[in-house]
Amino acid sequence: MNDINIFLILAWVVFTIITLGGALGVVTTRNLFRGTIWLMVSLFGVAGYYVLLEAPFLAAVQVLVYIGAIAILFTFAVMLTRSLTQLTDRYNRPIANVVGAVLLFVLLMVGVILPIWFTNEPVDPAIINAQVQDTRDLGEALVSKDGFVIPFEVVSLLLTAAMIGAIVIAREVEEDEKGKRA
Amino acid sequence: MIPLWLYLMVSAALFSIGTFGVLSRRNGVAVLMSVELMLNAVNINLIAFWRYLTPTEINGFAFTAFVVVIAAAEAAVGLAIIISVYRSRRSVIPEEADMLRG
Amino acid sequence: MGLDVIFDFLGQAFTDRNLMLWLIPLGPLSAFVLISFITLILWLVRQVTGTQENMIPASDHHYNDHHHPDYGGMEVPYQPDWFRVTAVVIGMAGIIWALIISWTLVFGALNDFGAGTFGSLDSAAYYGDDSHSEGDESHSEDEAHGDDHGSSADCAPCVYSDEITWMSIGAEGDTTGVVPDESTDYEIGVLLDPLNITLLFMVPIAMLGIFTYSIGYMAHDARQAKFFALISLFATAMFVLTIADNLMMLFVGWEIMGFCSYSLIGFWYEKRSAYKAAIKAFTVTRVADVVMLLGIVYLWNIAGTLNFRDILYNPEVLQMIGSTPAIIFGGFGMSAAGLIGVFLLIGTVGKSAQFPLHVWLPDAMEGPTPVSAMIHAAAMVSAGVYAIIRMYPLFVALTNPHASDPTFSAPLIIMAVVGSFTALFAATMGVAQRDVKAVLAYSTISQLGFMVAALGVGAYIAATFHLITHAFFKALLFMASGAVIHAMEHGEHHVHEHHAAHGHDDHAHDEHHDEHGHDEHHADDEHGVHFDPQDMFNMGGLNKRIPVTFWTFLAGGFSLAGFPLITAGFWSKDEILAESWFGFVAHGSGLHAMVFFVLALAAFLTAFYTMRQIALTFLGEPRTEEAEHAGLGGQYNIVSITMQAPLILLAVFALGAGFIGVPDDFPIFGAIFSPEHNYFHHLVIYALPFMENGGSEVFHVDAPAFNIIPVAVSFIVALGGLWLGWKMYGEKPLEAGEEDPLIKYLGEPIYTALQNRYYMDDLYDLIFVRPAQWISRGVITLLDKGIIDTVLHTLGFVFTVIGDFIKVMNKWLIDGVGDGVPKGIWDFGGWARQAQNGRIQFYLLIVLAAVLVIGVIFAITTGAVLAS
Repeated sequence: MNDINIFLILAWVVFTIITLGGALGVVTTRNLFRGTIWLMVSLFGVAGYYVLLEAPFLAAVQVLVYIGAIAILFTFAVMLTRSLTQLTDRYNRPIANVVGAVLLFVLLMVGVILPIWFTNEPVDPAIINAQVQDTRDLGEALVSKDGFVIPFEVVSLLLTAAMIGAIVIAREVEEDEKGKRA
Repeated sequence: MIPLWLYLMVSAALFSIGTFGVLSRRNGVAVLMSVELMLNAVNINLIAFWRYLTPTEINGFAFTAFVVVIAAAEAAVGLAIIISVYRSRRSVIPEEADMLRG
Repeated sequence: MGLDVIFDFLGQAFTDRNLMLWLIPLGPLSAFVLISFITLILWLVRQVTGTQENMIPASDHHYNDHHHPDYGGMEVPYQPDWFRVTAVVIGMAGIIWALIISWTLVFGALNDFGAGTFGSLDSAAYYGDDSHSEGDESHSEDEAHGDDHGSSADCAPCVYSDEITWMSIGAEGDTTGVVPDESTDYEIGVLLDPLNITLLFMVPIAMLGIFTYSIGYMAHDARQAKFFALISLFATAMFVLTIADNLMMLFVGWEIMGFCSYSLIGFWYEKRSAYKAAIKAFTVTRVADVVMLLGIVYLWNIAGTLNFRDILYNPEVLQMIGSTPAIIFGGFGMSAAGLIGVFLLIGTVGKSAQFPLHVWLPDAMEGPTPVSAMIHAAAMVSAGVYAIIRMYPLFVALTNPHASDPTFSAPLIIMAVVGSFTALFAATMGVAQRDVKAVLAYSTISQLGFMVAALGVGAYIAATFHLITHAFFKALLFMASGAVIHAMEHGEHHVHEHHAAHGHDDHAHDEHHDEHGHDEHHADDEHGVHFDPQDMFNMGGLNKRIPVTFWTFLAGGFSLAGFPLITAGFWSKDEILAESWFGFVAHGSGLHAMVFFVLALAAFLTAFYTMRQIALTFLGEPRTEEAEHAGLGGQYNIVSITMQAPLILLAVFALGAGFIGVPDDFPIFGAIFSPEHNYFHHLVIYALPFMENGGSEVFHVDAPAFNIIPVAVSFIVALGGLWLGWKMYGEKPLEAGEEDPLIKYLGEPIYTALQNRYYMDDLYDLIFVRPAQWISRGVITLLDKGIIDTVLHTLGFVFTVIGDFIKVMNKWLIDGVGDGVPKGIWDFGGWARQAQNGRIQFYLLIVLAAVLVIGVIFAITTGAVLAS
């Protein structure tokens, strides 16, 4: 298994194309509804990486939560603000931003990733063959006192607060409009 | 196994694309979608490091789950703000929401 | 399963004192959550039922029968009376909960371990034999008890403690190999040790006083419920900070407190001055907190833990931190401990309002008076000093201020200089203030200077002592001055009513009154010719109107002035002076001498302005019609009772708290109050570990032997200052309209400079605010136009800058200073304003640019190192 498996490489290439292609679609497409579709494509590619990295549970979460919920939420938002999905002007200062983004990528690659992680050392077989943590372990860690129970509760509270906050924010303006119309 | 740096490269590329989107898209919804891309890039990093460095620990795995939850919260609030701004100003263009101008 | 953990915990916590510590902040926190929750429910109910008439004018009689506070005709949400009462009850329940549990723990600890032999170290087990062989006498008697304490065996000097895993961080936290905790988990925990026992005694009782006082003070405020929610959160933060066992948790409490002080100082945000003060306090303390966070990060980096016990009670770690050269200034002999100490000290300088960053504290009195008491006494500023005492071994590092040849680390020298300078500097400003609360604000800064200076010369026990006594008498003074202001407003109201009622029937009188209230509010903002209920020169003769307030104020004021023998302030101030005098005489230390003389002078001024304040406010005849009618609305009214009962409670502590720390060899008093030993000294001394530098003990030093000179100096400065104040203001009380006799002695310019705080605020505006605007404009122009547009454009900009500069210079030269500079500044201001264009993406682009720059630096340095 220490050899590089051609099928893994192939899968990696496919997911890369899907992920990065979808991402490029998101940031370039003029029609935002298509943009949300591209987003789903890109997120699906990321789910593929999770499978490759032996985290199938996260892949499922990615599909269910990201594609099933968040991306759909975006679709609703696009529809609600429908009249403005097609703008004549897509970008602000695109050249500066392209330069900035490319510089960031180059910096990460040349400055951090290549010097530190680009080595030809074979991966430690112990790690490759290690018994990776599975969904059961995650579930136990989330509610055990020695694991993540406090962060878990905090995150739950945060999510609740965000939901209430979202309702409050989206509702209040409606009230004002009602008042104006009346 | 596929070398670690390939994952990191994809993650860096995804992050840069997301950065570009956040900085330049004129539509608020598109900006939020780009933020999601950046979060996913971080998640890939977390999972890749977890798998290649500490597969017997739960940390990277659990953190990714948390990031997904936070992302959901962020998307909900962000979209609510955009819809709220859209209703009051008839615009989803961040550049026009400049009420904070000094 | 998650809930089970919580229930299990609660079940154990009420029986196990180690776990009980967690419960202290729970009370006020639940109060905050509950009140907020009810507010939310009420809001939702209003939304569902769709009622809009819930907004009522703030000047409505429902709230405003006291003419206080003045919301200037704006609308406030109507809150039903039951909700206001509920909020008060919940808030009180929260603080009483905290009080009961804190005191259970405090007295439980004193009972379990005994005040004298408290927390004695089983040092042989903990540090190895060598450090113990030379232990001092006071310790040998503790040895007999060395074994029977210790709820947790590995934590020698602490009494109760508990730890939980916050999260596992997955990385090797231990970079040095000397920290015993090898796990990769980040743990947070609570601890109770001799140091924070003193705080846990003081904080809840002072808070209870403040909460009780708020019932009356805020009784006519439309937002009373919100107020109680916020002060509950404030109390939570203070308790978290007090019981924290690591620097990160302390910092969390610290920051929550920063936020609460921001929203409470700006509680009456309709007032322009209030929200400006809130922003100022937030910004100034944030500057300091960023630096403090740097210190925490550096400490984490170098020690691999932030736990107090792991760092401070482990001589190896301290040795290591103290001998590592710092990453900056390392070449100048600055050790890592010194640099961390300086960083943490800057955090304290901001929080405790020391010299360069003191500007926010006087403005903070814009908030409601209970908040001022909270900030100035019980919580915020004490937190800063507490943080230093907590981390004291780190500050001292490898030096020893008590040795026969005293050595001082860099942070200690800074503390001594900054502290004593601040003490004197603030005292001089306090002398010339007209506002009754402003005098107290400056006295707070000055007294904090005393503590910091004492810490600078190694007198950490004296500083702790002064921290406790100061909290009591300053909370008392603030609340008493709030009662005075309340009484004056009452008088003002009475006077208006009286005038208005003249020749009107009841109905017309109401209308007239409301109208008048509004007009007057505007006049206040625009012309400043409005009657000021806080101006001491409008008062006089209040001792007959509000006698309870007068007597308690007298107790607090004399304690602040250090009136000999019977006040708490005397004993704590005397101990600071005695310690610095001892260092000066016995070891010939110049730093000790400087601290001693400067503090003595500051103490003299303190006594003087305290007497001035008492005389101007309470003595003589009323100088205005308002003062003649001042009052708290009758003897048995709820406002009168709730506002004065805490004063009496705190007055007892302001006078009596000093007797726990009377030096045992003090003539007569020592024999009465400290028959065995100085209890306070004996308690706190075990908060810090054994450490020997150069053969002599650093922390467990005995109090200096009784010496007549510092005591005589204490007597002279306190009585002399009071006498001078009495001569000037008390003997022949000022008449109405008479100007301050101080002007005669000091001369007009000095007096004005003192009153205007030496123009510090204006100076800061000139050297920080304006250039910041100018620089941000320059940076943005470079980035935006420089990248997007062509080089030509940039060149054009440069020429524009030069042109503008020449233009301004021209104007300056031609039109003269008086005309050109203000115009130039105005131009800059308008020009700089465009930098804040409010466009989020533009801001983000700048962030990206900054990240790229930092990343390049990182890649060039660290990346290359790691790769090789």
